[in-house]
Amino acid sequence: MSTTRFTLICVLVGLVVYVFGHLLGIGYLFFAGYTILQFIALASAWNILGGYCGYVNFGSAAFFALGAYSTVFFYKFNPLPIPLLIIIAAVVSGIVGLGMGYLTLRLRGAFFAIATLAMAVVLQTLVVNWSYVGGSRGAYIVRADTIDIGGYTIEYIEYLFLLMMAVAILSIVISRTIARTQLGFGFATIRDDELAAEASGVPTLRLKLIATTISGALMGMAGAPFPYYIGYLQPASAFGLEYGVNSIAMPIIGGTTSWVGPLIGAILLGSLQQIATVTISSAVNLLIVGLLLVAFVVIAPNGLVGLVQNRLLARRSGK
Amino acid sequence: MNAIVAGLLLGGFYAAVTAGVSISFGMLDIVNIAHPAFIILGSYIAYIVNTSFGIDPIVASIVMLPVFYLLGTFIYQIYFLSFEKRGQESLRGLAFFFGLLFVTEVILILVFGVDYRYVEASYIGPSLHLGNIDFPLRMLVPCITALVLFGLLHLLVTRSFTGRAIMAVSQDQLALQLMAADPIRIKRIAFGISIATAAIAGALLIIIQPVEPSVGREYIGRVFAICVLGGLGSLPGTLVAAMLLGIMESITATFYGPSWAPAVSFGFLLLTLAFRPAGLFGR
Amino acid sequence: MSPLLHVSNISKRFGGFVALDGIELEVQPGERLGLIGPNGSGKSTLVNCICGALQNEQGSVHFDGHAMDGLAAHQRTHRGLSRSFQLPRPFVSLNLADNLRVPMLYTVHKRTGPLHGDSVDARCVELLRLVGLDHKARHMPRDLTQVEMRKLELARAVAAEPKLLIADESMAGLSHSEIEDILALLKQLNERGITIILIEHIMSAVMSFSQRLVVLVSGKKIADGKPEDVVKNPEVVRAYLGQ
Repeated sequence: MSTTRFTLICVLVGLVVYVFGHLLGIGYLFFAGYTILQFIALASAWNILGGYCGYVNFGSAAFFALGAYSTVFFYKFNPLPIPLLIIIAAVVSGIVGLGMGYLTLRLRGAFFAIATLAMAVVLQTLVVNWSYVGGSRGAYIVRADTIDIGGYTIEYIEYLFLLMMAVAILSIVISRTIARTQLGFGFATIRDDELAAEASGVPTLRLKLIATTISGALMGMAGAPFPYYIGYLQPASAFGLEYGVNSIAMPIIGGTTSWVGPLIGAILLGSLQQIATVTISSAVNLLIVGLLLVAFVVIAPNGLVGLVQNRLLARRSGK
Repeated sequence: MNAIVAGLLLGGFYAAVTAGVSISFGMLDIVNIAHPAFIILGSYIAYIVNTSFGIDPIVASIVMLPVFYLLGTFIYQIYFLSFEKRGQESLRGLAFFFGLLFVTEVILILVFGVDYRYVEASYIGPSLHLGNIDFPLRMLVPCITALVLFGLLHLLVTRSFTGRAIMAVSQDQLALQLMAADPIRIKRIAFGISIATAAIAGALLIIIQPVEPSVGREYIGRVFAICVLGGLGSLPGTLVAAMLLGIMESITATFYGPSWAPAVSFGFLLLTLAFRPAGLFGR
Repeated sequence: MSPLLHVSNISKRFGGFVALDGIELEVQPGERLGLIGPNGSGKSTLVNCICGALQNEQGSVHFDGHAMDGLAAHQRTHRGLSRSFQLPRPFVSLNLADNLRVPMLYTVHKRTGPLHGDSVDARCVELLRLVGLDHKARHMPRDLTQVEMRKLELARAVAAEPKLLIADESMAGLSHSEIEDILALLKQLNERGITIILIEHIMSAVMSFSQRLVVLVSGKKIADGKPEDVVKNPEVVRAYLGQ
């Protein structure tokens, strides 16, 4: 299926979901739905570097927070429409991704992962000490209740939902396209054996930089509308380890070798967390994420997608 | 001057914190990013024992050593059985420990809440005064304990058969097998020792500062920064690096304010990795 | 005639351990060079330095008239320097044909322009047939025996269409006839114009294949000349008898 057709199908599905929700008129669904879409975007973005290339990024929260804080910056400086903020976030996070990659990608696997964590903390410290965007006290974002789009007036949360839908679809489409092109092929060689890839002529550093930049940019885009969604932004929540863990857990549970895995992982785990938060408590839902992550890493390394693939293979060879 | 002394004392403590990772990462090549979580666990156990029975935290942690050691061997078994295949090892191993870190932290939050906990001991409070310099006992005692711990580890590694086997396994597994020692068993013992050090480090931590579950995160950067800077697997190097970091953090905190402190260690780590990753090349 | 490969005063240390000490080596175009030495003598380190997987502290590498210092490994491969690994390192998530596609897409394509999909597939299968693996073209590396993995490793190095191929212990564990097959393949490649450095422990293979023999012991080159002369060199004899 060509990329254009796939994109159109995604958009169609998204619109159907939206209209359905709009007709139901339950505001909470849009709040929850926004979170899940956000995780779809983050998980897919993380997987480009983590699943395809095999480089674990513990600092996903930093890119997410960068997107959020660039929004806060412009809110204080000169408010801009959110779609524009999303693009700005993409550029900022993309550049930081490139820079981070340049500093750290010469390191092999484990050192890279630790370096990403270090970067996240350094960025967080910088933001905490930057009083213009609120520092540790946080920043308030006032948002309207409704917004006019082309003559229709809709709830602001629905607007945010649609925007995040666009970012999520973009993440999935990019993720899928990469997997089907030579770029994805190159990524796979890096994941399988970077030394052999280099020896075969694969420009590993360049490819890794591309992966970090795209991954970072997408994560920043996911973060851009966040201040408007949440109303009050603190470094602790923006840089929270929850984003880091989820970005890793969702692709691993869903399956890291394809674009479908992060999508499934995000929908399943995201929904599970929403239910747990509402019924039990938010700390427990994080515990569930952590336990599932450890369980899947140990038992089902290729995630749910891997389990399904194995079952299909077994059935095929059984016949 | 006080800042430097404080830094030295802090550095001694950092060395104890890092000792475990020096073994697991430096010698066994296992990126146990969850090590700080075990330290915090040690802190909380010391806290419980201290508040329930009034026992000195350091004594409590020594009693806990075997428990932590067993925990370490248990975790290593899981790690070994799940990740023995090469290749995927780094991604899944990292994710495994990251998950452990997270789960431990959240369980601690659920059980103890997010309030800061601290312990009572006779040496928390008073300070030694030598000339113009203050030696707060709450820093001095942990530092001395840390140095003792470090000395013991060094002796273990250089003198005992097990210790030398651990050094050997990090360099040449095949040679070790020819010496009729089981590398897996050696690694398991080493990892157990690594986690056991966390018990003591945890007790020292809660003496130095009040502890709450997310404190562990700050230490991830410090621990790996010290490890890398000190040269992987070199215990003396780790000690020196720990002291250096302690001094730098102390000076930064004194002159620029404590909110910049995390950036010091993590920034240091980044710079070290970026410009002088001696020994990383060709891994 | 200027040498294809000129290794000049290469030294490499790991901490306090000197792996290579002032190695001088020249390889002429079209030559068949054998490189031997006891375990730990530095052969693989030398290969890593030549190919860019490691950085030598001193000395320089010149290939095909160009200085290689500072060039990344993949860039050296693009220039025509290819190597196989002593312990096979296949791309485990790709099938055999795809394993060979990697150097074709990333190296050959660089030189001759984008390749047509079908011709790439055809070349892959042909190369697999050369090493006797074409019946497993769609199989995954995990389905291969150790011996087959070594053949794949060699095939992948050849797929990059190099000017100089360094074959690092491709024959360990092979049967006599399989060794003959690989030797015949290497000779065939050599006749096509590929310069070959053969690193091996199997003396019969090295002796029959090499036009010139270089011996490395403890990071130093102790002999460099015709095979029949080198094996009579007392230092060489001592190095091997001491094993």
